[in-house]
Amino acid sequence: MSGHNENTSVDTHEHLPSYGKNVMIWLVLVALTALTVTVASINLGDYTFFFAMLIASIKAMLVINIFMHIKYDDLLMKGILVACGFIFMIIFVIYSFDLFNTYTG
Amino acid sequence: MGTTTVDAHGHSNNHAGHGYGDNDQLYVHFHRDDYGSKFGMWLFLFTEVLLFGGLFVLYYGYRIAYPQDYHNAAMELNIVMGAVNTLVLLTSSLTMVLSIVALRRENIKTSLLYLAITFGFGATFCVNKYFEWSAKIHHGIYPGSLELQETRPAGEVVFFGLYYLMTGLHTFHVIVGMVVMVFCYIFIKTGTINSNKYIVLENAGLYWHLVDLIWIFLFPLFYLLH
Amino acid sequence: MSISTTTNNNYTNFFQVKTKHKGLLAWLLTTDHKRIGIMYLVSILTFFLVGLTFAFLMRLEMLTPGPTIVDAQTYNSFFTLHGMIMVFLFIIPGIPAVFGNIFIPLQIGAEDVAFPRLNLLSYHLYLIGAFLALYSLIFQTHIDTGWTFYVPYSLRTGTDVTLTLLAAFILGFSSILTGLNFVTTCHRMRVKGMKMFEMPLFTWALYSTAWIQVVATPIIGITIVLVLLERTFKFGIFDPTLGGDPVLYQHLFWIYSHPAVYIMAIPAFGIISDVVATFSRKSVFGYKVMAYSTLAIAVIGYMVWAHHMFTSGMSDTARTVFSFLTFFVAIPTGVKVFNWVATLWRGTIVLSSPMLMALSAIFLFSIGGLTGLHLGAISTDIHLHDTYFVIAHFHYVIIGGILSMFIAGMHYWFPKIFGKMHNEKVAKVGVVLYFIGANVLYFPMFIMGYMGMPRRYFDYLPEYQIYHQISTVGSWILITAILLMFINLLIGIIKGKPAGPNPWGAKTLEWTMPSPPPLLNFIETPVPSHDPYDYHGHDERNFKNGKFIKNEENDIINQENS
Repeated sequence: MSGHNENTSVDTHEHLPSYGKNVMIWLVLVALTALTVTVASINLGDYTFFFAMLIASIKAMLVINIFMHIKYDDLLMKGILVACGFIFMIIFVIYSFDLFNTYTG
Repeated sequence: MGTTTVDAHGHSNNHAGHGYGDNDQLYVHFHRDDYGSKFGMWLFLFTEVLLFGGLFVLYYGYRIAYPQDYHNAAMELNIVMGAVNTLVLLTSSLTMVLSIVALRRENIKTSLLYLAITFGFGATFCVNKYFEWSAKIHHGIYPGSLELQETRPAGEVVFFGLYYLMTGLHTFHVIVGMVVMVFCYIFIKTGTINSNKYIVLENAGLYWHLVDLIWIFLFPLFYLLH
Repeated sequence: MSISTTTNNNYTNFFQVKTKHKGLLAWLLTTDHKRIGIMYLVSILTFFLVGLTFAFLMRLEMLTPGPTIVDAQTYNSFFTLHGMIMVFLFIIPGIPAVFGNIFIPLQIGAEDVAFPRLNLLSYHLYLIGAFLALYSLIFQTHIDTGWTFYVPYSLRTGTDVTLTLLAAFILGFSSILTGLNFVTTCHRMRVKGMKMFEMPLFTWALYSTAWIQVVATPIIGITIVLVLLERTFKFGIFDPTLGGDPVLYQHLFWIYSHPAVYIMAIPAFGIISDVVATFSRKSVFGYKVMAYSTLAIAVIGYMVWAHHMFTSGMSDTARTVFSFLTFFVAIPTGVKVFNWVATLWRGTIVLSSPMLMALSAIFLFSIGGLTGLHLGAISTDIHLHDTYFVIAHFHYVIIGGILSMFIAGMHYWFPKIFGKMHNEKVAKVGVVLYFIGANVLYFPMFIMGYMGMPRRYFDYLPEYQIYHQISTVGSWILITAILLMFINLLIGIIKGKPAGPNPWGAKTLEWTMPSPPPLLNFIETPVPSHDPYDYHGHDERNFKNGKFIKNEENDIINQENS
């Protein structure tokens, strides 16, 4: 992610966030919302779901990293976040083995 | 660090405090660990994500079972309403962050203002949701309604069931977040939360961003995929 | 609570500390992790005895075919009560809430858990959930869904499952808060100088368990809420008449409830590790591997839930995948069993009651674990699913492995908590009886399960009677053993001899303080060693009959030897 990993202690104080950067991120998020609504009105067939989720994931990454400050947190915080995301994905992936074969096979 | 707290490690050297005289009280102090609080908050957020995760799993399962019904049902939801609510929540997330930034720069008034604005956006979201739901209910689309059970295919019943459950649970979280904000507002006023000790506000912020985060996924899943 | 122990006048232990509140409130409103642990112990054991009573009645009913003491409907509510109480009120919170609360901070050299007030809240939630569950189970109409609450039956049943479900939800919330607290405690509260991989394995086990509690329990929470709402509002999420799919309920249910099996088992493994190391006077064989295997069980255990559903109508691909993944759990579990045995090798084995219990647990748990593989293989599972074989399998795991380690933990840490010694001889008799009872009770179930006796049936064909009778006799032996050990411990609290700080010669940090522990645990900041089970320089001759005796004669012998 970035070079902020040296903050391994209690310290979130060193990074004093600015107003400007957050407003920028907000603008990007609004733009992405507009994009996803526009894309939804075009018929992309099977890709509609994919694009909607892709854009939602990008927005989610921005919120988690900047608004929720994870970018400036230490490795432990990032680690548990990744681990939980991984667990969450695992449920969906192995659960798909049943779904796809039961309903479409 | 703040002046009102006792340092975690400082304590262990202070064994005079362990004198166990008559005035001993069970729990002398709570040590302060901002990082620990934040860590705990993140763990709590994971549990929230997984709480919704169960519903996402169901959404996903039934989406594969009833693709066509999902498609048709999604057409009936109002994109404009959904998009407006998305913008409202995104903006409220921003004002929440700005409230923390202001507090850390010791602009108490600005911080309170931003917090109030965030609260307002939360309320706007709920009002929007109220109108959206009432429109649906007016059309006879609500769980257990005759319209759904007798004229709609199974997939649409499930879609609207999930729609009410997921947006309902989400709105419940919005309301909880707003209640938390009221407490934060009071604590900032009384100085319990200040520029040195802002972990409570930060955790409230994390919670609020999570609410936003879940909506970021709910919006396309229910309103856009048709 | 009239337990008062006076062992040492130099300090005030946590039982004696004067508090703001008096009487019972001094306990109910405390944030001291040790007092909360004791409260959990008392409540959990009470509920355990209730669950045990229902087990006893069920076995009695099965003594003869047809109605023996109760009718079929009552039998249905008996197994629901037994399952619900034992799973949600006893075995899931069991070891983490009792021993985790008391000993995690002690083992890592902390004053308390990371969030003491949250800890108290979690106990209160447990208590509320438990009373709600007991009330709904016993005083409402007889619940007959089994502890699994499978839809669509739980949606249709005329019995009032709403309160029971609500109770399960609240208990789940309590479990989440405990887990959250323990994960944070292990990361943030370790004494200076102790690294993650220098924590005792019991703490490691609870750390992994806490993770499962955090990431699995919310799923059951939402599932329960969905069933509740579905019963009232007909959302159509699970109800097949409205378009729902009951198999998805089973998925969600087992996404939690399979990892819940590891919430029960992993802490028990932790106790085995500590006990085996202590009474072999040797460091645990492969410490790091043990820690990693604990984590591995937690992670892999999260991915195998659907092996409970092989006969529920899943696709073949899914069954193959889940069967395959299930076998993987056996690898870290096997590593653990081998490492315990390897720890014994060339150790100075002391056959105290906790050690005997641990050895019996390793044996019984291995039977339970290995028969689990039969159930994890699809082809055999089709034959064995929902028979007494399954009952025998998980009771070997739970009674043979987990309950016995809970009891071993009670004996092992009894001197630390209460500062008194129990009667070791009686305890050992209890262990032997327990071992015999568990085998007589559950082994016939393997046989009749294999022959086709279905579980949860009130009646049976005459050819199964002999097995049922042996099994019922076994239940009497087992209950005698359990009561014997409990009464022995109770007598120990009242009449036991003072134990001193470290009667077992253990090395982990909780034994460095006087027993019972003082209010804020450590009188002097402990200095952790790099190996939590460091037995270098340990001289067994200093320990005799559970007492630390150091005299000059020994010292001379030591010098001569060195």
